[in-house]
Amino acid sequence: MGIYKTEPLKCWGKAKELRLSVYEGIKKARDNGTMIVAGGTESAIALPAGFDMDFLGGEPYGASCAFAGVQDTSWNRGLMEASEAASYPRDMCAYMRIGIGSLLSDKFVFGGKYPVPTFNLQTHICDTHGKWYQIMSDIEGVPYNVLDYVPYEWETENESEESKRLKRVYMKDQMLELIDWMEKVSGKKFDDEKFINAVNWECESTSLWAQCCMVNQAIPAVMDEKMMYSLYIIAVLMRQQKAAVEFYKVLLDELKDRAARGIAAFENEKFRMIHDSQPPWHSLQIFRYLEQFGAVSIGAHYSFSLSGGWAYDRAQDKYLPALAPKEAGVTLSTREEACDWYSEWLLAYQTLLRSLRYSGRGKHKRIQDIIDNWKIDGMMIHLNRGCEGTAVGQMELRRYLSDRGIPALTYEGNLADVREFDLERTIDKIDTFMETVGLKKI
Amino acid sequence: MIEDFKKIYDNRHGYMKAWKEKNPDWKVLGYMCSYMPEEILYAAKVLPIRMLGGHEPQNVTEPHIMGMFCPFCRDVLAQGLLGKYDYCDAIGITHTCKHINQAYESLVLHRGVDHFFVPTPNKMQAKQALPYYAGILKIFKEQLEAWSGNKITDDDLKRGIAIVDENRRLMRQVYETRKADNPPISGLDSMYMVTASQMYDKVEVNKFIDEALKKELPGRKAKDDAGIRLMILGSEDDDTEFIKMVEACGSTLVIDDHCTGSRYFWNTTEPGDDLMSVIADRYLKRPPCPIKDMPSRSRIPHIQGLAKEWDVAGAIVIQQKFCDPHELDKVAMVNALKAIDVPTLYLEFDVTVPIGPFRIRVEAFLETLGSEDLF
Ligand code: SF4
Ligand code: SF4
Repeated sequence: MGIYKTEPLKCWGKAKELRLSVYEGIKKARDNGTMIVAGGTESAIALPAGFDMDFLGGEPYGASCAFAGVQDTSWNRGLMEASEAASYPRDMCAYMRIGIGSLLSDKFVFGGKYPVPTFNLQTHICDTHGKWYQIMSDIEGVPYNVLDYVPYEWETENESEESKRLKRVYMKDQMLELIDWMEKVSGKKFDDEKFINAVNWECESTSLWAQCCMVNQAIPAVMDEKMMYSLYIIAVLMRQQKAAVEFYKVLLDELKDRAARGIAAFENEKFRMIHDSQPPWHSLQIFRYLEQFGAVSIGAHYSFSLSGGWAYDRAQDKYLPALAPKEAGVTLSTREEACDWYSEWLLAYQTLLRSLRYSGRGKHKRIQDIIDNWKIDGMMIHLNRGCEGTAVGQMELRRYLSDRGIPALTYEGNLADVREFDLERTIDKIDTFMETVGLKKI
Repeated sequence: MIEDFKKIYDNRHGYMKAWKEKNPDWKVLGYMCSYMPEEILYAAKVLPIRMLGGHEPQNVTEPHIMGMFCPFCRDVLAQGLLGKYDYCDAIGITHTCKHINQAYESLVLHRGVDHFFVPTPNKMQAKQALPYYAGILKIFKEQLEAWSGNKITDDDLKRGIAIVDENRRLMRQVYETRKADNPPISGLDSMYMVTASQMYDKVEVNKFIDEALKKELPGRKAKDDAGIRLMILGSEDDDTEFIKMVEACGSTLVIDDHCTGSRYFWNTTEPGDDLMSVIADRYLKRPPCPIKDMPSRSRIPHIQGLAKEWDVAGAIVIQQKFCDPHELDKVAMVNALKAIDVPTLYLEFDVTVPIGPFRIRVEAFLETLGSEDLF
């Protein structure tokens, strides 16, 4: 008998159904020859939503292949090797290498041939992002463009309003030009109403996901991180769609109800942890292993913010869910207004993307905010060789935590390349960590 | 003169300490990427110098930076942590790759030094980049004024532009001389010249280059036999031991595409009324770092042009281990050179390079290039 009651999430099935619908849509579009746009999902995906199109996002696709590789290594190792055989270096972003490998092998993990898009549109977030789809376009021979992303700095840096204004205008004006470019290369008319709706829905669904994460401040936590991976993915894949907003409204109600009734994600929650960086998708069993000690990872800067909108509240000195346009009393009526608001949303409230650029004190402050408000006992840091974006600042974060006496466990790995992960060694590290924090197997 | 470049390179910190004593009304800013707008710093009486690595084994960066970050950024961080750059009154960086940014962050966190971050755009080809970057440079100018206590007038900016442009023009002239069948300056000395320009007061270095151009280079042959003409390109590279070895194997490096080489000085400032726009425009139009070369691949025609104009027989593509920006361009650049019949040798660098094994590979490469002439 555990300490807390637990029960399955009612909307679990719906999450799965929505997730699969995205890839079914892409398959249909491929087979029917209708419009597919590809790029990172951590990009301005509402922008091409002014067209009828299906969006193929590189990061979740890479994660899906890494996960499929558990059963069939050709989806993990095999695709990596295909990219290496074509001379792409082995230490680059593992998602990118999977994408290249999948394209070169002409295999799609959800079935059939790799879906070549009408064009690639990427946002340049980490060093890899923009270049990734330049390479894909080189191979595919389809048009490519990129949106430069220069996020606002962390609050600790007291960035001037003029600097923020310049960044916002820079991004907005690029978006407006990209719309013309998309019309030109696709030969299709961009529908402003569809775009404005998509911006509204994207802001709303990412704000709702942040609200869901806030509910996890409850003890016991209503979601563990492994569950979150299956829930935040809706915002990753389709946050610009109404169905995502509807899903998160239902999820939020359900989570609140669980919190009120004291329903736990994990019945033996004793030691609350957070995790840094993407997990090793091929080896998620490490999260189950933690539970043998009564430890549970209940979130992360990554899973809270990858597709969550968070605003810093100076008066309370904490991060809170950002207000979507409607909640903020803003009506978006024109293409220009939508681009302007959307730019602000991405630059100010996408805190994970910001941390891919700027680490240091600002990221430490956000992690401390999570530690304080989600009542965290320790942290697990995945020194992720597969993603240089999230690897920024990780060692300094470890120092920060250790200077403050916050227990931290680091383990080396790679989000998708199983060849760079040693399960036995990671288990040993977890054992040692648990011993130092005084936890024994239940 | 030519030998002064090496002296500055070898004794960069000694030179700078002495310079500081002679120029007490100036400040010194150590910067970490060749996109730093040096014109504005000169205008503010702040001497910009580039922080490079020391090419020596070290054990101080492990707690700060992950092993998968490039050796160059670790080397620079090590030099900073070891206090080698303590004479700098501030450090600065523009937005560039994450690895060198991490070195900057760690120095800010642990050396408590004044610091400046300039959020350079990445989509240099975007027409929106110019007003954005000009605005950002104006903010940078104001920050420098507040920090240095020196008001920057338009005349100061023009003086700053003139100093930096003069340096660029002179180095370009030296590079032009390397088109000769038997170049008057080696690849090694050229590298010393560019890095010395980054590491020391350009007013002084300009005098050395000017003198070399007028008095030393005319009629000079760097080697009796230039051997095979090579190009070198890729990640940051000031590995003088490696360059020396390559040139000792029967070749001459006649052109490069490095941020410690031609990329640093290739273009000068174009005239215009708004000085911030003029400065911004120069950086937007310079031969780009790979991560700033989007959406078109402007590096391809540029590099092919260099290879043709300097008439190279082959190219060495060097790669700091884990350097994502250059890894991301690797296939495209190798293919671009192949398309104009320039064979390439791809080598992965670390803080210190294994000269022995590299010599064997370089010799084998030169041998294949040499044998092509036979048939
Ligand atoms: S390195 Fe990381 S942040 Fe960058 S594209 Fe790859 S997964 Fe994304
Ligand atoms: S060598 Fe490459 S990764 Fe390293 S600092 Fe330079 S550009 Fe960045």
